Amino acid sequence: MLIELLIAVCLLGSVGVFLLPDRYAPRLSFGISVVAIAVSLYMFSAFDGAGNALLEGGKLAFETNAHWLSLGPYDLSWHVGLDGISMPLIVLSTILTSLAILSAWTPINERKSQFYGLMLLLEGSLIGVFGALDFFVWFIFWEAVLVPMYFLIGVWGGPRRKYAAIKFFVYTNVASLVMFVGFFLLVMGSGVTSLGLPELAQQLATGSVSSVGGLSPQQVKVVAFFAMFAGFAVKVPVVPVHTWLPDAHVEAPTPVSVILAGVLLKMGTYALLRFNFTLLPEVAADYALVLVAIAVVSVLYGALLALAQQDLKRIVAYSSVSSMGYVILGLVAFNLYGLGGATFQMISHGLISGLLFLCVGVIYNTTHTRMVGDMSGLADRMPITAGAMVAGSFAYMGLPLMSGFVAEFMVFSGGFSATFPHAQLLTAIAMFGIVIVAGYYLFAMQRTLFGSFRVATDYEITRAKPHDIAPLVVLIVLIIALGSAPELIFGMIQDAVTPMTELTHTQHAAMGSMELRDVASTIGGVVR
Amino acid sequence: MTDPVSAALGLGGYQPLVPALLLGVTALLVLLVDTIWPNEQSNTLLATVTIAGSLASLLVAGAQLFLSPEAATLFDGQLIVDGMSLFFTVIFTSVTALVALASHDYIADRPNQGEYYALVVLAATGMTMLASANSLVTAFVSLELASLPSYALVAYLKDNRGSAEGALKYLLIGGLSSAVFLYGISLVYAVTGTLTLAEIATVLDAGIDGSLTGVLGIGIVMILGGVAFKTASVPFHFWAPEAYEGAPAPIAGFLSSASKAAGFVLAFRVFLTAFPTSAVAGVDWVLAFQVLALITMTLGTFAAATQEEVKRMLAYSSIAHAGYALIALGALTGAADQLLVGAGMLHLLVYGFMNTGAFLFIALAEQWGIGRRFEDFNGLAKEAPVACTAMSLFLVSLAGLPFGGGFVSKYFLLLGTVLTSSYLLAAALIVNSALSVFIYARVIKAMWIEDPVPGRTIEEYPTGLYAAVVVAAVVTVLLLPGLALFTDPAQLASNALF
Repeated sequence: MLIELLIAVCLLGSVGVFLLPDRYAPRLSFGISVVAIAVSLYMFSAFDGAGNALLEGGKLAFETNAHWLSLGPYDLSWHVGLDGISMPLIVLSTILTSLAILSAWTPINERKSQFYGLMLLLEGSLIGVFGALDFFVWFIFWEAVLVPMYFLIGVWGGPRRKYAAIKFFVYTNVASLVMFVGFFLLVMGSGVTSLGLPELAQQLATGSVSSVGGLSPQQVKVVAFFAMFAGFAVKVPVVPVHTWLPDAHVEAPTPVSVILAGVLLKMGTYALLRFNFTLLPEVAADYALVLVAIAVVSVLYGALLALAQQDLKRIVAYSSVSSMGYVILGLVAFNLYGLGGATFQMISHGLISGLLFLCVGVIYNTTHTRMVGDMSGLADRMPITAGAMVAGSFAYMGLPLMSGFVAEFMVFSGGFSATFPHAQLLTAIAMFGIVIVAGYYLFAMQRTLFGSFRVATDYEITRAKPHDIAPLVVLIVLIIALGSAPELIFGMIQDAVTPMTELTHTQHAAMGSMELRDVASTIGGVVR
Repeated sequence: MTDPVSAALGLGGYQPLVPALLLGVTALLVLLVDTIWPNEQSNTLLATVTIAGSLASLLVAGAQLFLSPEAATLFDGQLIVDGMSLFFTVIFTSVTALVALASHDYIADRPNQGEYYALVVLAATGMTMLASANSLVTAFVSLELASLPSYALVAYLKDNRGSAEGALKYLLIGGLSSAVFLYGISLVYAVTGTLTLAEIATVLDAGIDGSLTGVLGIGIVMILGGVAFKTASVPFHFWAPEAYEGAPAPIAGFLSSASKAAGFVLAFRVFLTAFPTSAVAGVDWVLAFQVLALITMTLGTFAAATQEEVKRMLAYSSIAHAGYALIALGALTGAADQLLVGAGMLHLLVYGFMNTGAFLFIALAEQWGIGRRFEDFNGLAKEAPVACTAMSLFLVSLAGLPFGGGFVSKYFLLLGTVLTSSYLLAAALIVNSALSVFIYARVIKAMWIEDPVPGRTIEEYPTGLYAAVVVAAVVTVLLLPGLALFTDPAQLASNALF
């Protein structure tokens, strides 16, 4: 019942905050989100799941499976539960929402109760997405995320907020419909009697797919795979459907950017992992080259686009496209390192991109500009913020001791040991993304933080308030903690991805002998 | 099956009719109150009587639906009270209660209040009877009982040109379609020699003279015309935008929700009981409904997209939703019949709340006098956040996003089309739903994102209207998980028709 409690805290809190006057909203919503963190951390400590939620032998933590309604051939159930992949993501959601709420205290000055109410609504929906194991429940939360996000960008955003909000909404909503059609094709082909994801996954793992509406079984699988991939790719996003992301990020207020980059993008990669790669791993293996090509192009093109930007927020936004490419690379590699690294990268990128967006937000709050050319030498006036930004940039570049290093190391080892054609070559190409990342972050830092002090806008540059600094510190601590002791969450991630690798035999023999957990603690040991 | 209360009241075997009788008595009571205190101070009392009467009827119908939904026929098979009629009675009475609650503020300063409430309840009585009609002649009488008060209600703002024009158009097309419907009945009677629905099916099942198939076909098509008028579907839809736009907004909500549902219960009952597809092989009315569903939803959606006024947009959206509900009949091919009819019933139930709520919000806007166009709603959320939140929930649910029951009922309709391989209907449903998101989003965008209209101040927050809007919003949201309560009754009711 803890997942329900968590969702209820957020949703009821959202209603309460929404109805109370503005002056209570910031503190009350922060308090509610801290309660949510406490619940999620308790769940983390009491986590007793084992195996993969969808696959045979999986033991779910905090599971509830209650029949909801049935009309027609498919039973719909309220089925929620966590495994080693979703548990860290839930903790990430609660922590990032809380920090985002704290960071909103300074910039959000109007319609506060609506803003904070929507933030909590968003949090509740995100927890639902990661917790749901019935497709119908999952889809409800998946769509429910769009609405608060639309308002958060559209009402409190920058000058082009209306365009950005509707573009975000159109892209993701159309993508959801395409995905829905693909999923239903698969359901009808597999002959299951409920929309439970575990039932479907186990049916697909053991049984065969029948033909639907004139499509042969193999075509059903391929069409379903690519329809779902297209739907999730928009959310991730990958090139060429990434164009909503920079607009949404630039126009969204900082706290919303944090959630958008930190958690919303992970919905896409999480869904890819759960749907495409767990339900149809053999199709993924057949078309590995196509998927890797998309991943590599996203990594390099996203990085190159970031290199060309002047707006700090756009730099972070495009670098997210690049980082999400690594997640897809890891997924396609489909071995312990690849899948585990991809999952770790989701968490790690959530923390790092959250940190960088918060830094940009703190700088913007006082300078009222985000253009690289408009400022220099901020480190003198804002030492803590500048320090945090340096830390975040180095974490992005994959500095050892920080979580980005572990995640990328895992993904690359996964890529090198993968069995799809030209795996080593393609992974090596993708690694160049790191070099470009180093290029644009060093360049941006050098121009904005160091050198002689200058700001083009006419505002007094002051130190940030404690409640703006606190989120930065928390995130840096978490990034270093996960970077130096990845086994904190790697144990459960490994537990959940191992059954997936047994679905096909793409596992590389040479790496099979060494447990992922050992590698994780070895890395931790080396960098310590 | 009698209980002591009905026995004491001398109701005996008429107990199944209690919901309809309660409504009829309420209408008379309203007229009585109005006769005793014929001044405008009795508005509150009139509204209270109306609301109490419809809630009592709702309660009894709900209890019968959930506790003892066995079918009972009355008056020698002229009326039937079963799961289907009780299910729809729940819709009619809920909408009536909401509309009466909202009307208390809306007509507070207007004359003829007694007549207004009485006509609303009489129309609801007619709809309830229509849901129970088991022969073509009771169906026709009930249809007229439901329609005649509606014409008068649309014309209630008689000094307003739009109201008068809409009512005239409604009356003319209503009269025409009644005539067509009646003529259809006579042709069916000529072929089968009976008016009772079940007997028509028996006669048709036994086989009719081949030369009469054409006559029967024309009769069925004409009956279909009557249904199309009542549900505001193509080709008898064009009264709807004018009537809804000109009518007092609560009445527009009443007509587009309850009256539309009444048309559907007529269609379900007549076509599934009297003309089962197995018995009328020569007359493919399923195909006719399929074509109507396609055209109606597409026309409604595209016309809604081009409107400049919110109320008119809602009127066309109501036509589009008639198209969605028509899927229940248009996709019947035997593969998922019970599912389809059940889905149609559930959609009409949810629609009863979300659409009525949306029109009641328009009533609120008319009370404030802020204007009708999309721009007039700009920034309204700053002044009336609660009402705008409720309106946003209605619109989001109408669009089929999962913030209300509309998502689940649309999913069931979609599932029905897919299971019967009606891919054209499925595609139309998906495309129109996707498009409708952006139509409804225009209102949401205006209310929340645009800058407020300068100089506009909202002075009063009418309690009754607010309460009605909030109740409708809460029910719409609760119907997302709560639709589970209604799936079994809907399933049982639709099973009984096959």
